[in-house]
Amino acid sequence: MAENVVVGDDAVDLSRRKFLTTATVATGAVGAVFAAVPFIASWSPSERAKALGAPSELDVSKIEPGQMAIITWRRQPIYIVRRTPEMIEHLKGHDDLLKDKDSDSSDQPDYAKNLYRARLPDVLVLIGTCTHLGCLPKQRFEAASAEMGAYWPGGFFCPCHGSRFDLSGRVFNGSPASVNLRVPPYEFPSPLKLVVGVDETHKGAA
Amino acid sequence: MAAVHGPQGSNPPERKGFYGWLNKRLPIDNFISSQLTGYYAPKNFNIWYFFGSLALLVLVLQLATGIFLTMFYKPGEATSFDSVEFIMREVNFGWLIRYLHSTGASAFFIVVYLHMFRAFLYGSYRAPRELLWIFGMLVYLALMAEAFMGYVLPWGNMSFWGAQVIVNLFSTIPAVGPPLVEWIRGDYGIADATLNRFFSLHVVAVPLALLLLVMLHLVALHETGSNNPDGIEIKKKLGPDGNPLDGIPFHPYYTVKDIFGVGVFFVLFTIVVFFVPTFGGLFLEGPNFEPANPMSTPEHIAPVWYFTPYYAILRAVPNQRMGALLMALAVMAFFLMPWLDRSPVKSIRYKPFISKLALAVFAISFISLGYLGLQPAEGTYVLLARIFSLLYFLFFIGMPFYSKWGTPKPVPERVTYHAH
Amino acid sequence: MRTKARVLEVLMCGALLLASGGVFAEEAEKGAEGESQKNWKTWRADADIANTGALQRGARNFMNYCVGCHSLKYERYSRLGDDLAISPELLDKYIVQPGDKSTEYILTSMPAKDSETWFGKTPPDLSLMARARGPDYIYRLFKTYYIDPTRPTGTNNLQLPAIAMPHVLSELEGLKKAVFKTVEKRGEDGKTATEQVFDHFEQVAPGRMNAEEYDGFVRDTVSFLTYVGEPAQLQRHSLGIWVVLFLLVFTWLAWLLKKEYWKDVH
Repeated sequence: MAENVVVGDDAVDLSRRKFLTTATVATGAVGAVFAAVPFIASWSPSERAKALGAPSELDVSKIEPGQMAIITWRRQPIYIVRRTPEMIEHLKGHDDLLKDKDSDSSDQPDYAKNLYRARLPDVLVLIGTCTHLGCLPKQRFEAASAEMGAYWPGGFFCPCHGSRFDLSGRVFNGSPASVNLRVPPYEFPSPLKLVVGVDETHKGAA
Repeated sequence: MAAVHGPQGSNPPERKGFYGWLNKRLPIDNFISSQLTGYYAPKNFNIWYFFGSLALLVLVLQLATGIFLTMFYKPGEATSFDSVEFIMREVNFGWLIRYLHSTGASAFFIVVYLHMFRAFLYGSYRAPRELLWIFGMLVYLALMAEAFMGYVLPWGNMSFWGAQVIVNLFSTIPAVGPPLVEWIRGDYGIADATLNRFFSLHVVAVPLALLLLVMLHLVALHETGSNNPDGIEIKKKLGPDGNPLDGIPFHPYYTVKDIFGVGVFFVLFTIVVFFVPTFGGLFLEGPNFEPANPMSTPEHIAPVWYFTPYYAILRAVPNQRMGALLMALAVMAFFLMPWLDRSPVKSIRYKPFISKLALAVFAISFISLGYLGLQPAEGTYVLLARIFSLLYFLFFIGMPFYSKWGTPKPVPERVTYHAH
Repeated sequence: MRTKARVLEVLMCGALLLASGGVFAEEAEKGAEGESQKNWKTWRADADIANTGALQRGARNFMNYCVGCHSLKYERYSRLGDDLAISPELLDKYIVQPGDKSTEYILTSMPAKDSETWFGKTPPDLSLMARARGPDYIYRLFKTYYIDPTRPTGTNNLQLPAIAMPHVLSELEGLKKAVFKTVEKRGEDGKTATEQVFDHFEQVAPGRMNAEEYDGFVRDTVSFLTYVGEPAQLQRHSLGIWVVLFLLVFTWLAWLLKKEYWKDVH
């Protein structure tokens, strides 16, 4: 070692060095973590994304009974079906064919954990994305059709890999999908005025 | 952990565990011992020696913030300006990333100019460090290109007109000028094509070139070892262990000192970023908050402050072609320093008064030209720009002569060092 | 030139303010009632973005008088509501234009083509006006309108001569006349020439506000536009203090560490 560098073998000296090194490194590490925060946060949805993800509205009275309308919320298709009394009847009687008849494993707000999977029996609101790999299921509302089979109570059929769902979006046995179609947060601020994206726990984008 | 010192290439002892596995396959211990704990630097470094590591720090900062800005910026005549405002207003902490990058650009030049001035003070460009100096100058050129193109990207009105003026300078090159300018622009005026190619160069090509040049710069430095404020070659006096008597291991002494330098730098840097990011219109110019408008020139077109010394020289000459030529020579003159300086001593500390005077006049001229470049080219400013331009060039042209005038002071055998 | 003035100001404020006490401060004209109008070029807006009340009033002023022609295309109503502490209900009532959603950008309903025909120039978007020209510029613009029958709008402006924008605030300020004095100036060639130099204003018709109220109106609006120019500045200052303090602590520790190791070096 060069003659001008003398490492002290004084025990106090070395422990002070260790302390100061640890303190400086620790403070530096804390600083580095804080410095990383803005960069990581920049990836979260921007104000523009959040604004575009703002609640979507629809006047449900515009939908004919038995028909479906599709609107967009947070870049996802939202299926809104005006169910007829006949369609509501067809929700019963095939419990043994369903993977998750009580929606225990599926994703929906509390008010949609029922037979209708909705607040109101005659208005079904679903996220129109197959819970298998994300394709858009097609509507097959006609019961016992030649294409779907005699047992078919009406519902949705996903063309990508053949998953089948009933008129509440509940998944049938034999489908690649394992859970029911998801239900988004929604509410009716006035009768038949549907707002998707807001409910008691979701206040929607500011 | 006991550090093992030894000449480069010696086999360090076996290490255990994952580190040992890694160390057998990558020269980690060798690197540490040869470039850090076994690399000796002069012990008499002063404040002028902080700026190399700070320049490296700012490079890393610009790369990191630049990468993140590129995630949100949309290059294109119709989208650039809006996307910058999107970053400022709608991306979480976008405003902070933007200001870090814009302040970082100016900080880069402040640090680099001080870093270069150190070389002037102590003769760090002299043999055997000529190549180190050349690599550094190439880094400087790449940096100027990077900053120029980066400033065009927001597509503000100053972005547009600054690009218009500077690119037009190339038209002064005899014969090839005008077609060259059209080729650079990709259009008949500064346009979308120009913006997009500048984007690619700024984000990919020049940063890669910068990284390569900085690496070469550091390799060249480690080959010769650092100069120091006394201009003495410390390798001439070795101790019994084979290391320079006036040297100390870079790690831990200079790592620890440079970390302190980093702290001071960050305090000043963050004060600007958080409290005066536009720095009175010097770092972010007012006219650039208006979108590019080919039909409306800003009242005063001026480049950003770090280019203004050369801009002042350009305008000082009443002939466009000569002005452009002189501006180019003003930058290229730096390359010749190792061969212009024929003083028998390296450091300003031991040079005769005439050399000290010349350097002082040069520094004052450079700074004055910088100030003048920001002003409109009117009245007394024109005369002053001409005077300082002349002094600027006299510094270089006269150097082969005045560097041999007078009697240098005797250079000590060992470096001058006061404990601190 | 603005840059030169700002650089000088930064340097001088530090040094001279200490030495000469309030002398430098006295130089700054506030443009309020009573001081020299001849020095209108030195009037300062003193935009205060920390004053939420001023920003709220400015927002209301903008929506009442400006949005008819000028957009703030980078600012969302909802952002404005959040930053200025205006509740969604009040925002809908006083700020959001009919037919707009609160998450949308603040756009004017005046078609650009028509405004170009009517005024000769499309009224520019004002999101960044305070950053591009500065708050003082906007302040002086609204304080230096005067009657000029030779102009199509009937008014002219000292800050922006031959301005295309009519004096939309004349119902508040009233109308004033500009009095010019003839002055002799020596030109660069040594010959003297006469020039009309602005001397003072004279109120010709009253507005709904007196001079002080109008001045406050303009200042609030300028403060609001300064906020719109950079909404992040509110956050920037408060975060900055913590960052700098943290770094000072770190630097102090790094200093101690350096001193400790460099004891070795002789």
